[in-house]
Amino acid sequence: MPGHGAAVSLYPRLAWYGFRRHATYWAAALAGAFTNTVFGVLRAYVLIALWQARPGLGGYDVAGAITFTFLTQAFIGPMQLFGGGLDLPQRIRTGDVALDLVRPASLQMWCLSEDLGRAAYLFVVRGGPPALVGALLFGIVAPHAPAAFLVSVALGVVVSFGWRYIVALATCWVMDDRGLGVLSMVLTTFFSGLMLPLAIFPGWLGVLSRALPWSAMAQVPADVYLGTADPAPALGFQALWAAVLLALGALMTGAARRKVVIQGG
Amino acid sequence: MIRTYALLAWTWTRAAAQYPLSFALMTAGGLVVGGLDVAVIWVIFANTGELAGFGLTEVMFLYGASQLAFALADLLFGNVDKISQHIVAGTLDVMLIRPASPFVQVAADRFTPHRLGRSIQAGAVLAAGLAGLDVPLGRVWMVPVMVVSGIVIFAALFTLGGALQFLLTAAPEVANAFTYGGATLTQYPLSVYDTRIVRGMTFALPLAFVNWQPGLYVLGRPDPLGLPSWTGLLSPAAALALAAVAALAWRAGIRRYRSTGS
Amino acid sequence: MIEADRVGRTFTVRRRVVHAVRDLSFRVGAGEFVACLGPNGAGKSTTIKMLTGILTPTSGRVQVAGLDPSRRRTALARRIGVVFGQRTTLWWDLPLRDSLELVRLLYKVDRKVFRERLDEMCDLLDLGGFLATPVRQLSLGQRMRGDITAALLHDPAVLVLDEPTIGLDVVSKAEVRDFLRRLNAERGTTVLLTTHDLGDVERLCRRVLLIDHGRLAFDGTVDGLRATAPGRASIEDVVAELYLRSRTTPRTPPAPRPAPDGPSATA
Repeated sequence: MPGHGAAVSLYPRLAWYGFRRHATYWAAALAGAFTNTVFGVLRAYVLIALWQARPGLGGYDVAGAITFTFLTQAFIGPMQLFGGGLDLPQRIRTGDVALDLVRPASLQMWCLSEDLGRAAYLFVVRGGPPALVGALLFGIVAPHAPAAFLVSVALGVVVSFGWRYIVALATCWVMDDRGLGVLSMVLTTFFSGLMLPLAIFPGWLGVLSRALPWSAMAQVPADVYLGTADPAPALGFQALWAAVLLALGALMTGAARRKVVIQGG
Repeated sequence: MIRTYALLAWTWTRAAAQYPLSFALMTAGGLVVGGLDVAVIWVIFANTGELAGFGLTEVMFLYGASQLAFALADLLFGNVDKISQHIVAGTLDVMLIRPASPFVQVAADRFTPHRLGRSIQAGAVLAAGLAGLDVPLGRVWMVPVMVVSGIVIFAALFTLGGALQFLLTAAPEVANAFTYGGATLTQYPLSVYDTRIVRGMTFALPLAFVNWQPGLYVLGRPDPLGLPSWTGLLSPAAALALAAVAALAWRAGIRRYRSTGS
Repeated sequence: MIEADRVGRTFTVRRRVVHAVRDLSFRVGAGEFVACLGPNGAGKSTTIKMLTGILTPTSGRVQVAGLDPSRRRTALARRIGVVFGQRTTLWWDLPLRDSLELVRLLYKVDRKVFRERLDEMCDLLDLGGFLATPVRQLSLGQRMRGDITAALLHDPAVLVLDEPTIGLDVVSKAEVRDFLRRLNAERGTTVLLTTHDLGDVERLCRRVLLIDHGRLAFDGTVDGLRATAPGRASIEDVVAELYLRSRTTPRTPPAPRPAPDGPSATA
């Protein structure tokens, strides 16, 4: 068994490997950034038309709505808002997960470390271009609280990981991850604020959507950036969901280990 | 060609039926994905009475027409933009040793009828929009024409996206900007966008002929750019022109693959 | 049956022109059984791809079963059978029988002929036990027997196999070899295979083509190959020595081909 010191250096190293591994797919990352930028431009025009009809809607002005659009487009890569980003479903299908489960390290923390490295790389390479093009074409506002924003993005990645890890592990019981992937994508894209700011969802839908974990992946970091949400409670909300999802994932890891060990996959 | 396509599509349908739960989830997912767009339109019109000069029923009509065309094109030809995966995995070689067109084989590969769910959803929105619009009989015939033209235009875009991937094997997502981007662009009246974009979509990449120009004709509304009202009738011609370009690009892509091995 | 006349193939890898195959000439007559040997990256796969119409040669002329593969790909596909040892041409999620039925329809094989042919193959390759099993659940040996069946349903005059015995256990290997020998002897099917397994060569082939650095380094009988390095006990040692002799000059890199990744058509 590795000592405490080994575990401390293991996870940062895994994060670094995750970063480097994704850096080899730079062409795919740039292609993704290009697509995210094109969609950002299309979304921005629709929101501009809406905000011209209803100035000040949801507490944003037109510049705020445009900024919101390009920020959430920039989050697609690091937060994996369309799902994926983990090798786990593939490894479960092929049975390789058995090898992962016998390692003397937490599977969940292992995956989280790699995922943080991945997110850091994509935050720069896939997040930068949409924000830059948005700023050049339409002008986006400066961050209200830059430090709190970066913390909020990091927490958003952890919430996103917590959710995707649960979806991925569910493959152990469903045995084909495509259907689950679609379901997860639908929930994430709609309730994260990627399609429209949750602030303009009417009535109970607005209240509900802002309480669900997906809002921690895009809506909350964007609000912290724009100053339309108080940083302290916003970060607290994200941390709470991160803890809940990670705990749930840990429980499922235990169940998956029992299933793989007892039933042989 | 059609026989081979039907054969492969039927085979894949049975393969998909091996995972009934996933199949059910995917079908439901397709319906919900389409439903999400409608939810977005609903949220927008919960906040405003009109968007860029168009009311809810008009937007539903334009949305339904383009998304029905896109969903059917995606059902039939959407897998063409997965060609880079076949190149990387070497399965394109397997297709090339068979006595059938690689285009048909790629298009029918992993055919999944659950995408029909999306078409049904879009068709329902189109019908609901038309029901609320009171279009005169003399112009209703244009609706099926525009949907078929739209299918051809989107199929051509998928093919162009696939042809592009012969060059950009490592970056297939670029193609999405044109295919899914085209579907997103045509969800809303083009009057939402900058006139430079609308001009580009009229004269260069003919996305304006999916639902905008013919839609204006059906709705009997003048073109904000000042083009004559019969411009919408040119949709089939624009679709065929784009399809011809796409066919040439695809052939060039296959020729390149067979002459470079990458 | 197979004619290659001064065939060359170049690739441009990072702006450098690489000769994967150069000036390759050979003939394979009807009914021959030929093995194509060569170290990794020697140009074997490139040659197979040019013979099957997947790749167009940069220079020279190829004829297979009377057709130019690069111009008459579809027509050629009906006259030849191709088996890739490392990739399956079967449908992953379907029972083997359904995959074969699909191949029948793709190649427009008559139903009655198909039935007779399948019965015969079932007999020879012992497919009966797993015709109803989805391909993804087959062992590698079973899958290979399924792939060979699929390649032969339309009764091709030429069978091309790219590393057909790779990864197979001794029993499966013996079964596949035995079948190929009978196919060649009894039906007169011309067989060309690439392999790294010299057991294949010794047990099956009268003739060996050795490709190295994209050129034909040896063309002759197995005994003739032995004679090139006298004093070597086994054929493995002979070939190893031939490979090592040519090491002095730099090896051609393989055709660009990234590692397989993700689910796809047939793999």
